[in-house]
Amino acid sequence: MILRLAPALIVTLLVGPILAGLAMAILPAFGYLPALGGNAFSLAPWRQLFAQPGLWRSVAISLASGLVTTAVSLVVVLLFQAAATGSRLDHWIRRLVSPLLSIPHAAAAFGLAFLIAPSGLMARLVSPGLTGWERPPDLLIVQDPWGLSLMAGLIIKEIPFLLLMSLAALPQLDPQRRVAIARSLGYRPTIAWLKVVAPVLYPLIRLPVYAVIAYATSVVDVALILGPTLPPTLSVSILTWFNDPDLSRRFMASAGAVLQLGVTASALATWWCLERLVARLGRGWINRGGRQSGEQPLRLVGKGLILFAALTAFVGIGSLALNSVAGFWRFPDALPQGFTAAHWLRAVPALSRPVTSTAIIAAASTLIAVVLTLAALENEQRTGHPPAQGRLLSALGLLYLPLIVPQIAFLFGLVVVMESLGTRPQHGLVIFGHLLFVLPYVFLSLSEAYRRFDPRWSRLALTLGASRNATFWRVRLPMLTAPLLTAMAVGLAVSIGQYLPTQLLGAGRVSTVTTEAVALAAGGNRRVIGVWALVQACLPLVGFTIAIGLPRLIWSQRRGMRGVP
Amino acid sequence: MNDSHRLELENIRITLNDAPLVELDTRIGPGEVLTVMGPSGSGKSTLLAFVAGFMAPAFQATGQVRLDGHDITRLPAERRGIGLLFQDPLLFPHLSVAGNLRFGMPRATRNRAGRVEAALGEIGLAGFGDRDPATLSGGQKARVALMRLLLSEPCAVLLDEPFAGLDTHLRHEMRQLVFTRLREAGLPSLLVTHDREDAEDAGGTLIELSA
Repeated sequence: MILRLAPALIVTLLVGPILAGLAMAILPAFGYLPALGGNAFSLAPWRQLFAQPGLWRSVAISLASGLVTTAVSLVVVLLFQAAATGSRLDHWIRRLVSPLLSIPHAAAAFGLAFLIAPSGLMARLVSPGLTGWERPPDLLIVQDPWGLSLMAGLIIKEIPFLLLMSLAALPQLDPQRRVAIARSLGYRPTIAWLKVVAPVLYPLIRLPVYAVIAYATSVVDVALILGPTLPPTLSVSILTWFNDPDLSRRFMASAGAVLQLGVTASALATWWCLERLVARLGRGWINRGGRQSGEQPLRLVGKGLILFAALTAFVGIGSLALNSVAGFWRFPDALPQGFTAAHWLRAVPALSRPVTSTAIIAAASTLIAVVLTLAALENEQRTGHPPAQGRLLSALGLLYLPLIVPQIAFLFGLVVVMESLGTRPQHGLVIFGHLLFVLPYVFLSLSEAYRRFDPRWSRLALTLGASRNATFWRVRLPMLTAPLLTAMAVGLAVSIGQYLPTQLLGAGRVSTVTTEAVALAAGGNRRVIGVWALVQACLPLVGFTIAIGLPRLIWSQRRGMRGVP
Repeated sequence: MNDSHRLELENIRITLNDAPLVELDTRIGPGEVLTVMGPSGSGKSTLLAFVAGFMAPAFQATGQVRLDGHDITRLPAERRGIGLLFQDPLLFPHLSVAGNLRFGMPRATRNRAGRVEAALGEIGLAGFGDRDPATLSGGQKARVALMRLLLSEPCAVLLDEPFAGLDTHLRHEMRQLVFTRLREAGLPSLLVTHDREDAEDAGGTLIELSA
């Protein structure tokens, strides 16, 4: 049966390219790549790499941005949940999580850049009143040498990710009861949450946290927009070397990719040690039994930080919109003197091809991912094995593999593999590349609902004489419409936001909205960037709007389908 | 619908990790109800799952389930011809009331729309075909669930505490309806419950399992 092959196929699809890609990064790193004349092993690529000026600074920034981004995002998410659970802010933020998460990294980064740049919205709002600036100050705020704006841009995007992961994990912990018990023992609510929920929640979101570390140490698109330039982050340097017309630099790029792997691994190892330390300190804090002290400040910080982050993201997107329609806009003016559609009109002809490409690639990779995921989950149901019993896919680690191995470390190798197989860069190859990252998210998003689906429904259908296939098509699938569409929207959003796989596997010949928008970063034309980044930010929203609206439309006459199963 | 069926449970022995859970050797004739009672954990749900074909792999079972003389122990659930009535009515929320009734009707059934309408009339719900099942009352839902089961023309029926979810005043009425209809249809039924009144109303043999 085809269904039985699905889990093995998924694992092969995820693990195969990564292993092949890593292998083809490691071999050239030691001088072996016959296609480019490297026939003997040597350490020359490494000597060349270490001779690069500013290499260690690049490494340090990559490492720091991974750890700082993750730590700050996690603290914000945990404090928010501790301080706000059940409040109106909680309700409000929960609704914003999905749209925030769906904004591509690049668009959010541009938004932040437009906000905090010396001539950005923030400087305009306080000038000249507070600052006395009559012209934009000569400060390097965006692309600062310490990578602070890079970290800020990443934090804005990782907060919704970690929050969503926590919200998905929380119900099985029954947090309300835990907090209620602690409160009955005299603990204030925020302290109670931190002491009785956070320690059990963390192990459940550990893999997503590791994924954030890996992402933040190796991200390319956000680093191109917000990251330092002299020297850039390690990942950006690698990309530059790889794209160098001098093909011999590819050996050094490969060594860099291996170094990137080491940097990410060190970040993960450092985090692991920090985990031990925090666990030890935390145990002491819990054992001391403090019930009251710190409640007010914690509550304030917990609510304030996330509000600040969400506001920054949305105002950033707002400033993209503002820039895209701005006419003449003198510096300290908060608003442009006039509005114009000219930037949009000029961009529209250029937009259609990348938008079409983006849509085709996103739809195809999502569709493949959904079919594979459904097949694997349905197989799991039919064989009746609970997912925990040592099955291939139950090892969630495998699903997280493409999210934890840095893209830049294995995508080069994959390009080399594909080149040696004679595959020409085309949409098909890019779709395959996107699938590596779309599949895990689609699987993670859908498996929860699928496994929780009340087994009595399908048993009932079977005893009514429906075949297993009919049960799937007529009962399970229609009843799971809402989570299925959400998973598809997630898949589309992930694909739309991909920069590196498109750039590398498409060899620059396949352009999507994301690659075009990121390419504009160097030019610095705010009006044009505003148009493209806004389009990029809005595309995933189309998917989420459909995912929310369509079930309501289809099931408008079926009350039981709202909030089921 | 009036063919007479019989369900035989021959030397059934269900074990969990080699510890015996249920042992049963009995036969249920046409229109008869066998009631199995026992506290939770006594294995009555496992017995039902075994007969229906859904037993979790953790359990082991020996013995034969025979329906009208045919051994169905190894058949998949959808080909056993055994219908199931759960504690909740479990009307498919994405289908209309008529859609729910049609769901289980054998393919060869003629005049499906007419049968559905007639069936709705029999349970006092004439004209309810297009309704959203979520808009029905608890008693109406239970009746639709029963009718859906009967229209699927099973050869035997398993009842998994089907009255436990109903209000007291509805429970008695529903019991009468269910047992009468099952008897009329000549269906052998296996009822598991922990309510002694269910067993009394069912009127058949009673087997008690110990924990």
